[in-house]
Amino acid sequence: MTTAERIAAAPTGTETAGHPGPLAYPAARAAGCPFDPAPAVDHARREQPVTRATLWDGSPCWLVTRHQDVRDVLGDPRFSAEATRPGFPFLTAGLRELITSTSSSLIRMDDPEHARLRRMLTADFMVKKVEAMRPDVQRLADDLVDRMTDGRTSADLVTEFALPLPSLVICLLLGVPYEDHDFFQERSRVLLSLRSAPEEVRTSSDELFDYLVRLAESKQHEPDDGIVSRLVARGELDFEEVANMGRLLLIAGHETTANMTALSTLALLRNPAQLAKLREDPSLIKGAVEELLRYLTIVHNGVSRVATEDVTIGGQTIPAGEGVLCTINTANRDDAVFPGGDTLDVSRDARRHVAFGFGVHQCLGQPLARVELQIAVETLLRRLPGLRLDVPFEDVPFRHDMAIYGVHSLPIAW
Amino acid sequence: MRVHVDQEKCCGAGSCVLSAPDVFDQRDEDGIVIVLDAQPPAELHEAVREAAAICPAAAILLEQAPERV
Ligand code: HEM
Ligand code: SF4
Repeated sequence: MTTAERIAAAPTGTETAGHPGPLAYPAARAAGCPFDPAPAVDHARREQPVTRATLWDGSPCWLVTRHQDVRDVLGDPRFSAEATRPGFPFLTAGLRELITSTSSSLIRMDDPEHARLRRMLTADFMVKKVEAMRPDVQRLADDLVDRMTDGRTSADLVTEFALPLPSLVICLLLGVPYEDHDFFQERSRVLLSLRSAPEEVRTSSDELFDYLVRLAESKQHEPDDGIVSRLVARGELDFEEVANMGRLLLIAGHETTANMTALSTLALLRNPAQLAKLREDPSLIKGAVEELLRYLTIVHNGVSRVATEDVTIGGQTIPAGEGVLCTINTANRDDAVFPGGDTLDVSRDARRHVAFGFGVHQCLGQPLARVELQIAVETLLRRLPGLRLDVPFEDVPFRHDMAIYGVHSLPIAW
Repeated sequence: MRVHVDQEKCCGAGSCVLSAPDVFDQRDEDGIVIVLDAQPPAELHEAVREAAAICPAAAILLEQAPERV
């Protein structure tokens, strides 16, 4: 069974509670609770926080479900991010194909090589650099709302606002022509779909890679101020290495924020008291975005590592060579850190969430994601005082079938 | 309180700058942490402790100065 089929077929309650054998992962969310982690995994967090699981192909791995344990794994260099090591857990055959067939990008490398490459990018995403982009991002957001509302009273928030905003921004930053967005958005969709066959994944990945190699080559003749051009000019990387980094940034830079934007809007519409609080006091926006990152944790299937030595986590020894999935969505509901964590509370101090991961791989783009989300949510609430869902909640298509959670579309009216 | 950072460990995502902007900043050339105020006043201690707690690379070390009399 593929992962997508298994998610569809899996029981939705807590039937697996007290399960004798390993937990089948990923497990399904409960019907009617699309914002909450799968009950079986959340149950494991409370009862047996470091738990054995079985993946789609029958291969074993460990689930690490509590906040402190997740930080312990992701902060420990004895857990490797190299997907080429035996035992590394993959969620689908397609993702295995993606990660093992193409040359690795820095997200799948360990230090010191990882740090060398990451440090070529950190200046571009540092807080003051990104804060200086606020006026540009705000202008893009306002333009998109102008166009969306022009002569209309309803629209799909995903295609008209949530997806174009971060796509425009990452294109500007990288020096990728925005006209090509259909091309790279479609390929990203295939790469991130749990339903894609391995051959589809490989084709999309190769096409994106070739596109970025050509782009890098073109920057040698026509340099600009974008990241791709500056990486080429630096002269330390060949075109393929630049293309590898460019592909990672392009995919990570638009799919994630796009889904957080739409899902955050929906979560606020479902929690009218929280929405009202935020409308009343827009100065809450920074904290509200941290809380939404925590509550929604769109990297919903977890973060993969493999042990290179025997390591004890939460009292359980994880033997060398065995895979680990850190379920950051359950860690972000851990009552020990977030009391009453199953409720959305925009005035909570949620800064300790691990929605961006933890350790040296913690999201490089997080300052940018924060600014984009703060502007996106604030702009929508300010510009659309009558914002509401335009379909019954039950009809909203959630992205159970994608590596990044969210909604496929979000019909709204105002 | 005395604030130390390990620039070798820092992975430059800037959470410390968001928590305590008067105490931490990032180097222009590579985004790695720098300390603006190594002995911050008492009213910033909580923010600095939070910064140390959320630092993903365990790159912030705090030395608690003995109480002055
Ligand atoms: C809400 C939005 C976002 C979320 C929830 C998110 C989440 C994550 C997570 C969980 C990781 C860690 C993966 C691991 O440890 O294996 C990560 C890494 C990464 N993210 Fe993000 N991300 C977001 C937005 C962005 C943006 C806007 C960019 C910008 C280009 C970006 C670029 C990256 C990169 C390059 C890495 C790899 C860092 C490394 O391995 O050192 N992300 N992200
Ligand atoms: S939080 Fe830690 S890793 Fe991030 S910039 Fe500050 S010192 Fe560096």
